[in-house]
Amino acid sequence: MPTTPTTEAPAATAAAGPAPGGDLSDVTRSDASLRRFLHGLPGVDQVGAEARAASLGTRSIKTTAKEQAIDLAIRMVDLTTLEGQDTPGKVRALASKAMRPDPADPTCPAAAAVCVYGDLVGVAKETLGSSGVRVAAVATAFPSGRASRAVKLADTRDAVAAGADEIDMVIDRGAFLSGRYLEVYEEIVAVKEACGPAHLKVIFETGELQTYDNVRRASWLAMMAGGHFIKTSTGKTQPAATLPVTMIMLEAVRDYREATGQMVGVKPAGGIRTTKDAIKYLVTVNEVAGPDWLDPDWFRFGASTLLNDLLMQRTKMRTGRYSGPDYFTLD
Amino acid sequence: MSIFEYAPAPESRAIVDIKASCGLFVNGEFVDGHGTPFKTVNPATEEVLAEVAEANDADVDAAVKAARRAYDKVWGPMPGRERAKYLYRIARILQERAREISVLETIDNGKPIKESRDVDVPTAAAFFFYYAGWADKLEHSGYGSTPLGVAGQVIPWNFPLLMLAWKIAPALACGNTVVLKPAETTPLTALLFAEICQQADLPPGVVNIITGAGATGETLVGHPDVDKVAFTGSTGVGKAIARTVAGSSKKVTLELGGKAANIVFDDAPIDQAIEGIVNGIFFNQGHVCCAGSRLLVQESIADEVLTRLKRRMSTLRLGDPLDKNTDVGAINSAAQLARIHELSDIGEAEVGTGDGAGRWSPECELPSTGFWFPPTIFTGVSQAHRIAREEIFGPVLSVLTFRTPSEAVEKANNTPYGLSAGVWTDKGSRILDIAGRLRAGVVWANTFNKFDPTSPFGGYKESGYGREGGRHGLAAYLKGADA
Repeated sequence: MPTTPTTEAPAATAAAGPAPGGDLSDVTRSDASLRRFLHGLPGVDQVGAEARAASLGTRSIKTTAKEQAIDLAIRMVDLTTLEGQDTPGKVRALASKAMRPDPADPTCPAAAAVCVYGDLVGVAKETLGSSGVRVAAVATAFPSGRASRAVKLADTRDAVAAGADEIDMVIDRGAFLSGRYLEVYEEIVAVKEACGPAHLKVIFETGELQTYDNVRRASWLAMMAGGHFIKTSTGKTQPAATLPVTMIMLEAVRDYREATGQMVGVKPAGGIRTTKDAIKYLVTVNEVAGPDWLDPDWFRFGASTLLNDLLMQRTKMRTGRYSGPDYFTLD
Repeated sequence: MSIFEYAPAPESRAIVDIKASCGLFVNGEFVDGHGTPFKTVNPATEEVLAEVAEANDADVDAAVKAARRAYDKVWGPMPGRERAKYLYRIARILQERAREISVLETIDNGKPIKESRDVDVPTAAAFFFYYAGWADKLEHSGYGSTPLGVAGQVIPWNFPLLMLAWKIAPALACGNTVVLKPAETTPLTALLFAEICQQADLPPGVVNIITGAGATGETLVGHPDVDKVAFTGSTGVGKAIARTVAGSSKKVTLELGGKAANIVFDDAPIDQAIEGIVNGIFFNQGHVCCAGSRLLVQESIADEVLTRLKRRMSTLRLGDPLDKNTDVGAINSAAQLARIHELSDIGEAEVGTGDGAGRWSPECELPSTGFWFPPTIFTGVSQAHRIAREEIFGPVLSVLTFRTPSEAVEKANNTPYGLSAGVWTDKGSRILDIAGRLRAGVVWANTFNKFDPTSPFGGYKESGYGREGGRHGLAAYLKGADA
């Protein structure tokens, strides 16, 4: 796990800690130095990045490798419900499913976490008990992030108090796009402090950031501010997670580890629905960041429908037959 | 060892039917050759694939005569719009039989199936489509519309089908007929192409394929009734051809060797530049005349680039070319492997093991049979080293550094060759400035080794003369045009 950065004086303390590959502590001294640093990161060539992602997507994964990949992907799923119509009943059902995704097959691993709105954390926590499945809560005025700092922090504290193990925060895209990087940085640091022992995932909403250069800058910003995970999207905006965006973030966590020795996780969210897609992401994790990230501690899928396709493919591999969707629980 | 090992994903070779013995394709028929037959092997396994006929002088003469007859009686007089129909038909058959052709190309050549499937065959089809479009519009080309006659074409072993398409498509579109000799180590896809000509009902004699080694090619090039010689291959053979045809009325285009500079500036999109470096030199095992075999990297980022490059090279998968996950396949022949070994050993002695210099390959297990060479880089190379000057034609990269844009251009141009170059920078003005100062036929910006039928390709200096592809490619096959 990444070390917890000190947060008393956010402007002066980078999350970087010891920096074998380069000293990042000065970077967050001022808005100007932070901007210089982020804009000094190597650019991303859109055509080249998309071509590379496409070529990673053509890896052919057969039988034994596919079996491994499916089980790994199931263990990486943050089973998610983030709807206005969510109820305690819905969350209980989802939590049950996360613990035992395939009631017919006890060898099927559990999902990594369930991801819910803050007010339903208690329900999820109660259902999950000591199962090991974690509770992730979205906070900070998710999904828009448009609220005062005080409200965002209260939102976070509320979810943590209710028992959330992980907080998924959204960055202030308005501040980011207008170049107020230090403001975004300080907000992440403050939310992280409010998280206490809970892990922090920082959502960029890459569909709104638009360019790969912005994605790379946001990644470094969130990592320096101490995020445990960087996450593509809320799932409420299109495009949500894409393979090239995830690849850029994986390059960023790889480079960040090289620079600071610290590992940060990556979570693509929204739009990943099929086993085939999930495997493309795992191939990309393996070949871009490296096999160290092939672990639920360092890579997650934010998804609601992916799990059932994984289960269907898993059953197909065991029995040689496809079952219909009715053989798997809705949630 | 990764916890996520990919299981083997081999493409089935059952789709290809290889005849034990192959004849020549002359005047629309397969006929016996009268030279000494030779064998073609799968470079990945050394398995003998087929026995191939050798065309002797009489066979070459018969093929040229057949081409001449077809030119005079059928193809030359045929309206362009009719010729176009045949070219479109060939293009579509190439697409329909793509999988079969890819597998055959991979077995005969040793290149990974993902390259033959995703690059060679689709691009070959694209060349036929593109030049089919020109066949009835030649008067708008700026070069007139009068064909030359019979073209004698000799192609190399690195892209057997693609080079065939580069040669045959424009020649036929302009109204010429052809006699083509594929390389002796990779004749099989050309013979499959002959079947495709039959399938397309191409009139007999328009395309003739004769197999054989250097002597056959020499006879073809020197044949008095050949009007045009087109050659892609080594600079040494190119020079011999130039001497042979000097003083005759034959038109010639030569696409020869290269030692391309791939220039990476300190503001480059670095991860994409690494991909471009890898693609530039390890694509097709480095058997690419325009390969980016000299990496010129700005000194300020040299260490970072090398670290990233080595890490990326460690993820390259070398092995069975028919496996869909293979990135680096087999070296085409024992002879080529020996040359790569020879030049690499020279390189090792040249650069020594001094400060930051040396030879490096990722850990990778080489198969025990077949011809294999690991992806290799040499650091600490200077312009004075042989590995920085001679074409190795294998997966071997020389890494040099520079400090200023002018130094980069000087070093890039300081070579007897001039086929291609690459520039990596985020700055558009710098791309235009540097590209304009590089003496190379193709300059890629923030990419490498991209081929497109609409874009002319050819070299400066010892990389040959003439252009293939694009509108410019028509000039080589039309009377009165300066190729």
